[in-house]
Amino acid sequence: MPIAKVNGQEVEFEPGMTVLQVAERAGEEIPRFCYHERLSIAGNCRMCLVEVKPGPPKPQASCALPAAEGQEIFTNTPMVEKARKGVMEFLLINHPLDCPICDQGGECDLQDQAMGYGRDNSRYGENKRAVEEKHMGPTIKTFMTRCIQCTRCVRFITEVAGTPQIGMVSRGEGAEITTYLESAVDSELSGNVNDLCPVGALTHRPWQFHYRPWELKKTETIDVMDALGSNIRADNRGSEVMRVLPRVNEGINEEWLSDRSRYAVDGLTQRRLDKPWVRDSRGKLKPATWDEALAAVADRLKVAKPEKIGVIAGDLQDAESMFATLELFRALGSSHTDCRQDGAALGGSDRAGWLFNSGLQGIEQADAVLLVGTNPRTEAPLLNARLRKIWLANKARIGVVGPAADLTYEYEHFGTGADTLAKPPKGLTDFFKGAERPAIIVGAGAISGKDGAAVLNAVGALAKKVGAVKDGWNGFNVLHHAAGRVAGLDMGFVPGEGGLSAIDMVKKGKLDVLFLLGADEIDASATGAFKVYLGSHGDRGAHGADVILPGAAYTEKSGLYVNTEGRVQMTERVVFPKGEAKEDWAIIRALSERVGQTLGYDTLAALRAKLMATHPTFGRIGYLAPAQTFDVAALGAKGDLGKGAFAPALSDPYLTNPIARASATMAELSAQRGGARLMAAE
Amino acid sequence: MSMVGILQDKDRIFTNLYGFHDWGLEGAKTRGCWNGTRDMLDQGGPWIIDQMKNSGLRGRGGAGFPTGLKWSFMPKEVRSDRPHYLVVNADESEPGTCKDREIMRHDPHLLIEGCLIASFAMQAHACYIYLRGEYVLERERMEAAVKQAYEARLIGKNNVHGWDFDVYIHHGAGAYICGEETALLESLEGKKGQPRLKPPFPAGAGLYGCPTTVNNVESIAVAGTILRRGAEWFAGFGRPNNTGTKLMSLAGHVNRPCVVEEAMSIPLRQLIEDHGGGVRGGWSNLKAIIPGGASCPVITREQAETVLMDFDSMREMRSSLGTAGAIVMDESTDIVKAIARISYFFKHESCGQCTPCREGTGWMWRVLERMAVGNAEPSEIDLLLDVAGQVEGHTICALGDAAAWPVQGLIRHFRHEIEDRINEYRSRKGSFQGHAVAAE
Repeated sequence: MPIAKVNGQEVEFEPGMTVLQVAERAGEEIPRFCYHERLSIAGNCRMCLVEVKPGPPKPQASCALPAAEGQEIFTNTPMVEKARKGVMEFLLINHPLDCPICDQGGECDLQDQAMGYGRDNSRYGENKRAVEEKHMGPTIKTFMTRCIQCTRCVRFITEVAGTPQIGMVSRGEGAEITTYLESAVDSELSGNVNDLCPVGALTHRPWQFHYRPWELKKTETIDVMDALGSNIRADNRGSEVMRVLPRVNEGINEEWLSDRSRYAVDGLTQRRLDKPWVRDSRGKLKPATWDEALAAVADRLKVAKPEKIGVIAGDLQDAESMFATLELFRALGSSHTDCRQDGAALGGSDRAGWLFNSGLQGIEQADAVLLVGTNPRTEAPLLNARLRKIWLANKARIGVVGPAADLTYEYEHFGTGADTLAKPPKGLTDFFKGAERPAIIVGAGAISGKDGAAVLNAVGALAKKVGAVKDGWNGFNVLHHAAGRVAGLDMGFVPGEGGLSAIDMVKKGKLDVLFLLGADEIDASATGAFKVYLGSHGDRGAHGADVILPGAAYTEKSGLYVNTEGRVQMTERVVFPKGEAKEDWAIIRALSERVGQTLGYDTLAALRAKLMATHPTFGRIGYLAPAQTFDVAALGAKGDLGKGAFAPALSDPYLTNPIARASATMAELSAQRGGARLMAAE
Repeated sequence: MSMVGILQDKDRIFTNLYGFHDWGLEGAKTRGCWNGTRDMLDQGGPWIIDQMKNSGLRGRGGAGFPTGLKWSFMPKEVRSDRPHYLVVNADESEPGTCKDREIMRHDPHLLIEGCLIASFAMQAHACYIYLRGEYVLERERMEAAVKQAYEARLIGKNNVHGWDFDVYIHHGAGAYICGEETALLESLEGKKGQPRLKPPFPAGAGLYGCPTTVNNVESIAVAGTILRRGAEWFAGFGRPNNTGTKLMSLAGHVNRPCVVEEAMSIPLRQLIEDHGGGVRGGWSNLKAIIPGGASCPVITREQAETVLMDFDSMREMRSSLGTAGAIVMDESTDIVKAIARISYFFKHESCGQCTPCREGTGWMWRVLERMAVGNAEPSEIDLLLDVAGQVEGHTICALGDAAAWPVQGLIRHFRHEIEDRINEYRSRKGSFQGHAVAAE
């Protein structure tokens, strides 16, 4: 490896690294505003100037300069010092002195670096520039006078998000960051520009003036708004989660976060179930004590015949509560258990049959990607950003079977529904020609219909035919959109021998007692059964319930979640459950005692031990199993493929779960983007 | 007209500089243009580049980078997916400069011939001529000349020179920054005209990411005649390292403002006396000269007595030859106001991309505007110098330097005038009120 000298100290570096990266290797911190590792290099803030020999007798922008063998880099000479102080002074002359009322205050790059390079007074006696505020939509609050024109937001929106709506207009002093024709930004990743902004020009609109960063307690946890399991940091003040920020996880979310994952947190304080409710003889829900509520459920469970009770697990459910519930209902003799509210034809096969086998990072190795019945832009925005990344780099071509949509990249469109798979057009058969690592991503939209098993079978056959599953490469990928789904499938939370599926359970007269474990996405109004709802929000599931057991949301419990690629991750408790609500597993445990089937664990640790002993995959937290081959053609069942387009997996990408539906921000986003997008597509 | 200056008529390259003759193809041919072009090309690209190197031609756009050397930076092999391009910078926007305009108006075929030769030498099949937005007549003239050349099969597919070659005229929108070579390329690609970071240099990744050379109009237009008459002939003018003939222009307080082709290293005073008819009111009435376009620092009368019109001599005077478009200012000039106006120009033309230029140009202009009336603190002179130093050398492109130099030149030579202005302003106001603290 080549060697350069940083302030006299020799450093090895990899070819292609910039001077800035080499200096960082040597432990020298280089101040910067415009440079960001995941964006293209702009080199316009001029804060990262260093002295380089050999080179011209003036400081060089280290972020853009390739390092070279034998180069001498100086980061602390008078020339460098003068350059940085000069740039800092220029940045500050037109920057308002409003740190005390600025949301960025306390975590502002400009503030921090002004401590190092700023003057103690201002030499600028002229009037400061003021810039009009822009309206950039419900997620971005602008205060453009603070803007230092680093163009990080422009580059993010253009490169990563793929919705080039932010740009710089005018020139010189008059240069302004604005949106195209002052319209709102409608990227599903828009919140990231607020994170990227090094000053307070773009801040999080939903949280503006809500907190100061130093008041918050920070907890590292996992997001459940989609099935990617993005790594997040949830910040709370008292009992309220104030904000959610992404953490770096190269394998999953890099360092981005989708708007749904980020801004749905205001739903955690709305429409919460904070005490048990029981429907009285006149059909009215009345507040009850835990004793009364659990007794009401136990009474029903005890008298009902085992084949007349069933349980449906919801999309946001943690693995522990699902496991406890499954054990309880099996002990009660019921085989009507299901975690697939949408009726997806998954489960019961090899584990690889319901996983995103190539891995989220691994999909970047693919050279041909076919999307079947999925719109990753809504179902998993960060996966979509990765697909855009490989498309931009010309590494992969992308094809779609399913309804056409704006995915932020170009793709070949082969058809809208299952009939395309039945009779593949020539383009589709040629699509994978020459591809060494072909990948197929199949979404819930394709495999949830009546012909789901047949579609899955057809996709599996196609995967086998094109060589998507072979030694060292498994390109058969199921994209889930429910955070709890893979855990459910992993533990076999599917109908047992002779059991009913979720869709059959809610049909009229099938069951006497229906237990909804956080299940809100299924319409259970037709069933005549006695309905018990365990969950966190007064949403669809709770509306028709006869007994409501208040549970904990994802920020209020430590729980295991398995993401779509099969990676087990654990959430941490950020705040306590609301009011009298309890952690879900504990409620199930208490109920088990009352029905006389006491589960064999008194603590969460004991429950986890049992879960991991029964299903060893849960024991490896953070671990992603390497690709392995399996008989992909054996998936699903042969059958007739239906006609017509695949249904979208999410009817509204912003209102996908009870928390999001309780969120005012999500409602606003849905009104602004969801509706507009639907109209535009028609 | 009697002979003046150094250069004799027989050695002029631009023999129709004043448009007295036919600008068209026939007229150009009678003046020697397109004569033996095929023979030159037959000598091969390396020979042409060698000749250009030997001629000592330095880029006529202002920076003075050796043209032959620049051409030799282009990759020797042309990859099929990366064609080579020649781009001619005709975005002549430097205040005080109007030499390329005369070439395009009156000797367009010299430019087109030069384009063919340069493109051949660099194995480019396409050449873009980027014209300044305000040059409407020049665009029409160039388009007409290009059409003539196509019709005569001098250029185009299967032309008589055996090198497929296309010329495209592109009309800019009138931004000074688009004269910066990488901003020009951005603009040519249809983007906002903002300079790119270097490296990579255009010879590696230029127009559409392909190897590109950007040259000034004059640098290209002289190529044909240099090759026809020999590198030694061209190198025979001027001092070593500053060879050749050059279009120079005189503007401002001279009796006969003009554009004239002269030998390099002609004394500035001789240029003014012989071609400009002397300074208005006599040499002793001279106050200062901006020697090469607005971005060059001013020089004083004392310096102008001895300075030569070439790169090295100007550099010794801590100024720059630039485009050799001199602006002469006599004693009636309010030099502070003049530099304030220049400062406003750079503030107005800054692209806003990088911090020092975006913020610094406006700051300098505002301080200078106040100094022009005397409404400033004496300590602000040093502040201004400091700010100029904070802009210079810290920006992506040379516009930051260009904005700083005139200010530095002003303070270097006319600091006393600023101080007098401030004192006069204070005495006129009767009592000194104290510097207004605008930040509060």
